[in-house]
Amino acid sequence: MSRDLKKRLRAAGLWVTTFVLMVIMCVPGLWVVLSGFRPNREILAKPPVWVPEELTLSNFGKIFGFGAEQVAIPVLSYFWNSMVIAMTSTLIALIIGMAGGYAFARFRFRFKNAWFLGLMLFRAVPGIALSLPVFMLWSRLGLIDTQMGLIIVYVSLNVPFTIWLIDGFFRQIPMSLSEAAQVDGCTRWQAFWKIEFPLARSGIAAAGVFAFLTSWNEFALASQLTRSTDSKTLPVGLMDFTAQFTIDWAGMCAMAVIIIVPALILTFLVQKHLIAGLTFGGVKG
Amino acid sequence: MAGISLQNVVKKYGRLEVVHGINLDIEHNEFVVLVGPSGCGKSTTLRMIAGLEDISDGDIAIGDQVVNDLPPRKRNISMVFQNYALYPHMNVRENLGFGLKIAGQSKDAIEQRVQEAADILGLSELLERIPAELSGGQRQRVAMGRAIVRHPEAFLFDEPLSNLDAKLRVQMRTEIKKLHNKVKTTVVYVTHDQVEAMTLADRIVVMKDGYIEQVGTPMEVFSHPVNTFVASFIGSPPMNLIPARITSGMAEFRDGKKIPVPSRLAEDVTEGQEIIFGIRPDDLTPIGHGIHEARETTDIDLTVDLAELLGTETLLYTSFAGQEVQGKMFDPRNVTPGETLTFRLSLDKAHIFDAASGQSVRRL
Repeated sequence: MSRDLKKRLRAAGLWVTTFVLMVIMCVPGLWVVLSGFRPNREILAKPPVWVPEELTLSNFGKIFGFGAEQVAIPVLSYFWNSMVIAMTSTLIALIIGMAGGYAFARFRFRFKNAWFLGLMLFRAVPGIALSLPVFMLWSRLGLIDTQMGLIIVYVSLNVPFTIWLIDGFFRQIPMSLSEAAQVDGCTRWQAFWKIEFPLARSGIAAAGVFAFLTSWNEFALASQLTRSTDSKTLPVGLMDFTAQFTIDWAGMCAMAVIIIVPALILTFLVQKHLIAGLTFGGVKG
Repeated sequence: MAGISLQNVVKKYGRLEVVHGINLDIEHNEFVVLVGPSGCGKSTTLRMIAGLEDISDGDIAIGDQVVNDLPPRKRNISMVFQNYALYPHMNVRENLGFGLKIAGQSKDAIEQRVQEAADILGLSELLERIPAELSGGQRQRVAMGRAIVRHPEAFLFDEPLSNLDAKLRVQMRTEIKKLHNKVKTTVVYVTHDQVEAMTLADRIVVMKDGYIEQVGTPMEVFSHPVNTFVASFIGSPPMNLIPARITSGMAEFRDGKKIPVPSRLAEDVTEGQEIIFGIRPDDLTPIGHGIHEARETTDIDLTVDLAELLGTETLLYTSFAGQEVQGKMFDPRNVTPGETLTFRLSLDKAHIFDAASGQSVRRL
């Protein structure tokens, strides 16, 4: 076998493997999106209809209360709750993450490693394991079925992760850049905002996206801590499509599309920041 | 007038003391080089002058002002870092003008000063590039440009050439010297390279283990090292240091060979004293192949183990008193290993150090 042929075979093998893996990852998502635009009977058809014969927006109309068929689900309230809770908890987690990440990357203090290890261990605890204690605590504090209650939970879930990720990015930025800025006339605070923050921007954006997605998609804790339209989020709202004997798959998939779209848009907007590499070149090459 | 003065400056990290109460006065417009091996405290000293490290004790003054508690931005100094520390997200123009912008200068003033610095350093063509698009030498020049635009009281250089290749290093060394001639300012320069120290400095400060070993002009430090450390650190190849004992006006080596004690040092040694005899390779040359006229010499026969041809000179490795000793042959001819040559040793260039303390016996 010639070397050229071997090379081509290897490339083809790699391509096929990648394709299969991509299919495994993408098909369920694609199926959900497609089902959002298909009538219920086509979704439930046996044998399954692989290629949609009919695409419709009626599922969306239905959940927003337009058209003949209506499902009484307050999607807009859920959407609003999800937005407020995800945005606020992400913002707080980012602010704490930046402060903490910077501190771990730049300062020496007592028990630094122990603190860091503690934070990471906290991340290892599955969120659902905390649900009962959190529920009991929240019920005493009157935080059940409030946006604030979920925001606090999500902040505490996200902070260890944002600290860890942002710490890594600040570590990559040589100390000498901040020092050079200070010699150039900056206060430490100015050096942070003008030099270190712009360079860690990609890491901070990445941490923000991950924190937002965690809060946006979280179901288990939200389903325990929310009751009404005051605080129910979109993933919890999905449960509204299940009745005692039936599940409205088409409506559920349409709502899933509504959940996916903002997450996709956000990821798309910040994707250029997600590509790290800004720091290369400023120091020795 | 901005000299820099260090009085009993101490640096401790926790219980570990790394700089032990050093004193140093740097004159206005003087080019001072701190040189020493890794871990000698030279960079720490520079960073204390810059304000990037707190001092644990003592005083640092820039000009007439004690700056112990001033942050770096209030010390009116510029610093060139070993890794250049250029801001990667700014182009050369923004890098150069950053300090002026922070100081609240007008756009026109910044532009003028940036252009001025760019002209001095030949950066005019590169102003729109970002650091990643520059070569090592260009980055080095931008780092220096950033230092000079602010017209500071003093420049601090922290091993600025150590990331460059050998050829570029020599070129940049000359540029730094020229720059200092053009922009007369006080310079404190840290390096571990004694050639840089010798070529650049008005005065050299040799440091070791957090102490200053010797301060002097390059010639003083080279010609009159105060101890064996300075003798072996300054000069390349290093000075030959051979243990001996003083017996009736002669230095007697371990193998019984004797060399007269240089007359200028005769009164500084005592009978029976254990000494280290120091001679630079340049002052140990085969007869007919030396370049200097020494007033006081002695001749010894040595067998050449290895000859390294360097072009205008040849480095000769020989054995003397049981240890390797290097000599030099100027205006060289071919030498084969095993050949025995008569070397002329310039006694008036020889050094004698006390074996116990390592200090020069020469009384100043």
